[in-house]
Amino acid sequence: MNWNDWLPLLLIASSLIPGLIIFGLAEQRVRLRTTLNLSGSVINLLLVGWMLWGVYHGQHFETRLPLLPGLDLVLRAGPLSLLFVTLSAVLWLLTTIYAIGYLEGSPHRSRFFGFFSLCVSATIGVAMSGNLITFLLFYELLTLATYPLIVHRGTEAARHAGKIYLRYTLIGGGLLMFATVWLYTLTGTLEFTPQGFLHALGDEHRPALVMIFILLIAGLGVKAALIPLHGWLPLAMIAPAPVSALLHAVAVVKAGAFGIVRVVYDVFGINFATDLGVTAPLAWLAAFTILYASMRALYQDDLKRRLAFSTISQVSYITLGVAIAGPMAAIGGVVHLVHQGLMKITLFFCAGNLAETLGIHKISEMDGVGQRMPWTMAAFTIGVFGMIGAPPTAGFITKWYLGMGALEAGQSWVIWVLVGSSLLNAAYFLPILHRVWFRKPPEHWPEERCFGRQETAWMLLLPPIVTALLALGVGLIAATAFSPLAWAKLIAEREGL
Amino acid sequence: MGDFLLTIPWAVVLILLPLVGAIACFLWPKKVNQLGLITLGGVFLSVVGLGAWLLENGVYHHAVGGWNAPLGIQLYADGLSLVMLGITALVGVAVSVYATAYFDRSQSERFWPLWLFLLTALNALFLSADIFNLYVTLELLGLSAVALVALGGGKAALNGAMRYLLASLLGSLLFLFGVALLYHTYGSLDLAMLSEQVESTPTVWMALGLMSAGLLLKTALFPLHFWLPPAHASAFSPISALLSALVVKASFYLLLRLWLEIFWPISGSVAGLFGVLGVMAILWGSLQALRQTRVKMLVAYSTVAQIGYLFLAFPLAMGAGVTAWNAVIYLAISHALAKAAMFMAAGNLLRFGGHDRIADLDQLAQRLPLTIAAFALAGVSFIGLPPSGGFIGKWLLLEAALMQGRWDLAVVMVLGGILAAMYIFKVLGYAFTEASKPSKVKTVPVRMEWAALLLASGAILLGFLAPLILPLLAIGTPFDAFSGNEEIMP
Repeated sequence: MNWNDWLPLLLIASSLIPGLIIFGLAEQRVRLRTTLNLSGSVINLLLVGWMLWGVYHGQHFETRLPLLPGLDLVLRAGPLSLLFVTLSAVLWLLTTIYAIGYLEGSPHRSRFFGFFSLCVSATIGVAMSGNLITFLLFYELLTLATYPLIVHRGTEAARHAGKIYLRYTLIGGGLLMFATVWLYTLTGTLEFTPQGFLHALGDEHRPALVMIFILLIAGLGVKAALIPLHGWLPLAMIAPAPVSALLHAVAVVKAGAFGIVRVVYDVFGINFATDLGVTAPLAWLAAFTILYASMRALYQDDLKRRLAFSTISQVSYITLGVAIAGPMAAIGGVVHLVHQGLMKITLFFCAGNLAETLGIHKISEMDGVGQRMPWTMAAFTIGVFGMIGAPPTAGFITKWYLGMGALEAGQSWVIWVLVGSSLLNAAYFLPILHRVWFRKPPEHWPEERCFGRQETAWMLLLPPIVTALLALGVGLIAATAFSPLAWAKLIAEREGL
Repeated sequence: MGDFLLTIPWAVVLILLPLVGAIACFLWPKKVNQLGLITLGGVFLSVVGLGAWLLENGVYHHAVGGWNAPLGIQLYADGLSLVMLGITALVGVAVSVYATAYFDRSQSERFWPLWLFLLTALNALFLSADIFNLYVTLELLGLSAVALVALGGGKAALNGAMRYLLASLLGSLLFLFGVALLYHTYGSLDLAMLSEQVESTPTVWMALGLMSAGLLLKTALFPLHFWLPPAHASAFSPISALLSALVVKASFYLLLRLWLEIFWPISGSVAGLFGVLGVMAILWGSLQALRQTRVKMLVAYSTVAQIGYLFLAFPLAMGAGVTAWNAVIYLAISHALAKAAMFMAAGNLLRFGGHDRIADLDQLAQRLPLTIAAFALAGVSFIGLPPSGGFIGKWLLLEAALMQGRWDLAVVMVLGGILAAMYIFKVLGYAFTEASKPSKVKTVPVRMEWAALLLASGAILLGFLAPLILPLLAIGTPFDAFSGNEEIMP
């Protein structure tokens, strides 16, 4: 028996098992629950670190279990998987700390943390899936595990948001399953392969393959919030802040975007997909999503809703990068998986801090809040500059590679999309910063809680500061060998782009 | 020791043991719970024994008293029988444990003998090899099931039981006519003998029509489902669980056997009709479930919908033989576990709040978490979401449909899943919110909660067990008779 065969499974277990134990814990066992949560995520991080080292040196980690005749459950840690896994593992640790602080004293915490761990397990499973059926399995599991978190508060509005969420995601899941089975009856395999496994099929299957591509993208586009499949995301913001931060800004939407990357690169193969003529419409759809969602964001006064529309817009950078079909653009798209995650989670953490500490939910209430909560708002500011794409933040690196990649692939129209999007980002984010730093604070905050000399609880303050620094840091060290960018280049190389 | 165990005629034990148990429960009503549980344990072990025997030797034949067909009673078991017996034993154990906490003293004195008679009938049905014995078991099954429904007392239960009785008797009668026609024509009642002789004549067509109609009525396939929701929803919850999980499956099993053994060569066009009815059942049952305001009615209509899936295999089996049959058997056993779990969960919340109004479930997700978890896990299997037995079954069925370009059926399967999600999550959503007016609550015995949860987990676990169960199902190749052109993979 080889340890490397079981590490991927172990990685999932490291978040799944603490989650299952937590379900059974009584509400008041705070210390044990915290220990389980934190040790789970630390073990998770260590395993990820080990596998990163291994994959960099060319080792293989693969768990394979029989599932159906001719189909296995495959968990494989390749470079692309590990990019997403690393992001999830790091952010899981930070979000867990944040959530412990955020939910202090609120009811149903065992249930919350149980499902939270389940979501992380599902996300890691999505990342490490080695074939389409395994991907489908974890993708649906993610849907199920997020539902109780959306309806967590148990209000009528929460129930409604949950219903809408399921309506979108389960119909998407149905399409995905349909397309997956169809693909399997054509090919007899579903194994993710660099350059895809479809180019060997005869020409007579091309119309079917185009249809399958459309169905797959529709199924994945629901989670990736491609317009017009985005309707659930702004509603889902009703969930507690840590859920919005990790799941809706990172895990769920990324699972969709990641799936699109997989389908384009490892199922169809980028060359074959371009040949089929399906990537160009995908790029247009992504570009439209980027611009349209930014425009919608302009009109939101609710901070979390504005951030949600910003997420819709930003996640489509990944799809755009993939669909442009050049190596540079692909690197830009894939690395944005990490970059957007770091930046957006920072913004959501900050929004949560405002709500929890001062009772602020609306942008119009944010006047002068920079004086009351300087550290939180400093982190927020870094996140905002990243979103706009100002150097040297992570967002700049993404846009640079996307732009260069578009030119390289001879699609200069993308530059205008990027410029337009940056301007719109500036238009909906900079006025917030102006309010925060340059306006006078009101006499009373809506609902202020006091935390001694600190601006807020340290468990709420630490995570956004760390993620903001990371968002800045990955931009600064982009040229070194340890950056997400370098890893994205490794992915492009191994995928044979 | 191992050899000795292999010499025991497990099939005979499987029929006699519950019968003896039932009689013992009559004789010693003070000890029914213990006697019943011991019987169920014995039945469970006997299924394991039979399984070991089948794995070792292949198909099982037993001529009772040494009399061979066409005179004597034949017992027969292959992989298909084994899987059905296994799921019956599993659900039976869980329901029995549940029942020991659910019923009060006087109720359990009446419940146990009837339930053990029902179990005798089920086991005998899965093991019989001639169509007259099958008729006898079917009749015994129907009568004990009706009696169990009537146990609920009350107007609704008696009404439901009456409708059920009429439907059940009519079904058996139609079946009996068919048996008589076949016997008159071929002078044999043995399945294997009939399968060699049967040909496409008007008499055989008549027999096919009568027997199929009778079994469709008993299986409650749309539009013959009218009796099911009132009967299943008004019975005591453990009884609803038995009826929905096992009894309707038994008549489906019988239909399947008749087709596989006798009618296959002559019945191509009828298969198409079954498919159409299956589609209607899925859509109609799901839509009705969605309209219900009470949990038990919703769950009962969900059974109507889920039965529809089983009939999609008939048109698909032409081109995709084994895959299609594997798919529906997988769906049937997943449904058995999940539906039993769901009815038990419904029973728990009825016990807890004294009602099963969906809109007033009042934060049960927090107050009765194990029960709601059971309901949710069972629901996952109905929707066909991974990982669950329902997913595996639906995947195989979709594969069978898409292999031969039956887009219509494939679309209905996906649509059925989405509708199922809508009615399942309708219940779950309200389990998170507060009710407008709180009701008084009673405690639910831990045993009842865990029985439901463990069965539901079993339905989820089935999602990983296909590599074990599919080979088991292939013992004696029950689906081989007509899988001629099944491998049309690229």
